[in-house]
Amino acid sequence: MKRYTLLAALAVVFVAPLLWALGTSLKSQSEATRMPPTLFPTEPVTRAYGTIFEGTTQTPVLRWFANSLIAATLHMLLVLAVSSLAAYALARLEFRGKRLMFVVIVSTLLVPGFVFLIPQFLIIDQLGWLDSLTALIVPGAAGAFGVFFLRQFFLGLPRELDEAALVEGANHWQIFTRITLPLSKPALATLAVLSFLANWNDFIWPIFVIFSPEYFTLPPGLSILQGAYTIDYPVIMAGAVLAGVPVLILFALTQRYVIEGISRSGLKG
Amino acid sequence: MVSLTLKGAASRTATVVPRSGRATPYLFLAPYLLLFVVFVLAPAIYGIWISLHDWDYLLEARPFVGLDNYAALLDPASAVYADFWMSMRATGIFTLFSVPFLVVLPLGLALLLHRPFRGRTFFRGLFFAPYVLGVAVVSLMWRLLLDPNLGLIDWLLGIDIGWTTSLPWAWIALVGVTVWWTIGFNGVIYLAGMQDIPRDLYDAAKVDGAGKWAEFRHVTLPGLRPVGLFVVTTTILASANMFGQSYLLTQGAPGGETRTAIYYILDQGLSQYKMGSAAAMSYVLTLALILVSVLNFRLFRRRS
Repeated sequence: MKRYTLLAALAVVFVAPLLWALGTSLKSQSEATRMPPTLFPTEPVTRAYGTIFEGTTQTPVLRWFANSLIAATLHMLLVLAVSSLAAYALARLEFRGKRLMFVVIVSTLLVPGFVFLIPQFLIIDQLGWLDSLTALIVPGAAGAFGVFFLRQFFLGLPRELDEAALVEGANHWQIFTRITLPLSKPALATLAVLSFLANWNDFIWPIFVIFSPEYFTLPPGLSILQGAYTIDYPVIMAGAVLAGVPVLILFALTQRYVIEGISRSGLKG
Repeated sequence: MVSLTLKGAASRTATVVPRSGRATPYLFLAPYLLLFVVFVLAPAIYGIWISLHDWDYLLEARPFVGLDNYAALLDPASAVYADFWMSMRATGIFTLFSVPFLVVLPLGLALLLHRPFRGRTFFRGLFFAPYVLGVAVVSLMWRLLLDPNLGLIDWLLGIDIGWTTSLPWAWIALVGVTVWWTIGFNGVIYLAGMQDIPRDLYDAAKVDGAGKWAEFRHVTLPGLRPVGLFVVTTTILASANMFGQSYLLTQGAPGGETRTAIYYILDQGLSQYKMGSAAAMSYVLTLALILVSVLNFRLFRRRS
């Protein structure tokens, strides 16, 4: 019983701030500034959502939502495609320089990403990708996590099936698409969710490579919203809800995969 | 019978593999390697090159200056010296005060969730949930909660504190929000580590009449050592990379005291476009982080 009391108390600490944000987004501006504060709105209004859905040229919030969705989805697909192909080669094929290549790729996991931000910015500029969604979709897929994660998973799959298929004349592309990938659905799902979340939530990169409001995603957009509606907290919180609820729902649906993936990333050490 | 055919297949693969063509591995690797070279390897080298120049993004001329950008960071008379080291100090303070909480509190959480009980998965998900939110959502939410005029926290505590504008409150707010946000991440990693400790070690401890505390000290803690090294290392790196919370929650206030090194470097490099100097700073910070990581590995090795 003592355990449940403690758990319930902790649950309040974790959930109350989220409910407060949701509640505030449904308050009128006068209620949001009233003291003492109310946890839930006494007369819920959807004005704040009306304001952000309508948007302005400086704060096209629905456009940001669409951008976030497009960028995160395409980024996720790109990560799955390039990482699974590379991981298959590193787990199943023999070639010169394999060890060195693997060591170089994995060692970048230990280097903090910010070191590359300034030269990456200049490379993106050279490619003509500044101020476009491409800058948010492609560069992040060079990260080593997906390759490392899938390689470990592929190494754990039984080789017998591949070998039997090879004997029957299958080539590696057929083995990859018909045996390895179908057997790896849980790992692919985990990587899909983690890469979607990372891209959806990314803040540091888009604030520097995107300049036009119409190409922003939600996280940098929220900081614009904060600047534009300084004390109109219902509007700012409505923006936060719009950015937060989709990932919370995604997490609720895929909890097992997310937690599995995170756990395994810790056990590699 | 089955194992026999499988063995037969295995012994024949040696002759089958070469038929797939020498180019095959490279074709599989090509898409990823292209991205890796352009967006990771090239920047790593290009960054060093930039740091050796007086590289202003907005100017055509980018003269080679050798190690001047690095020397300026060590010269108290230079324009960047004071601000850079103040930001390094801010990163140091944040790391020093956040890491102990981020290492110890999740361990408590993991102990609470370790043994099976009804609703365990639900609570684990609940405590992990803030982590799936981005730094922008979390910071904005807590800015309102910590607002001295409208916030719930000051009202609940019956105090009037400018959490985001005065010291030491700004640090307490930054550390507290970061703990709330990321506690589930380390918690889940500890949990996985605990699941890997062999059951019979606990049974043996029970036979020896060990109490709960002795069991924790002599079975759980030693069993968690490898995971602990991972948690401490990644947490130090994550804290030393703190940017979003200080950018959004305190905006470096008061007077740049909570402006972290990354915040300052990115501001110099990508807002003021003084890229040569900023690149040099990022390598100095990286070097500092490598030193801390090596020290950390040594400490753990000595204890084991």
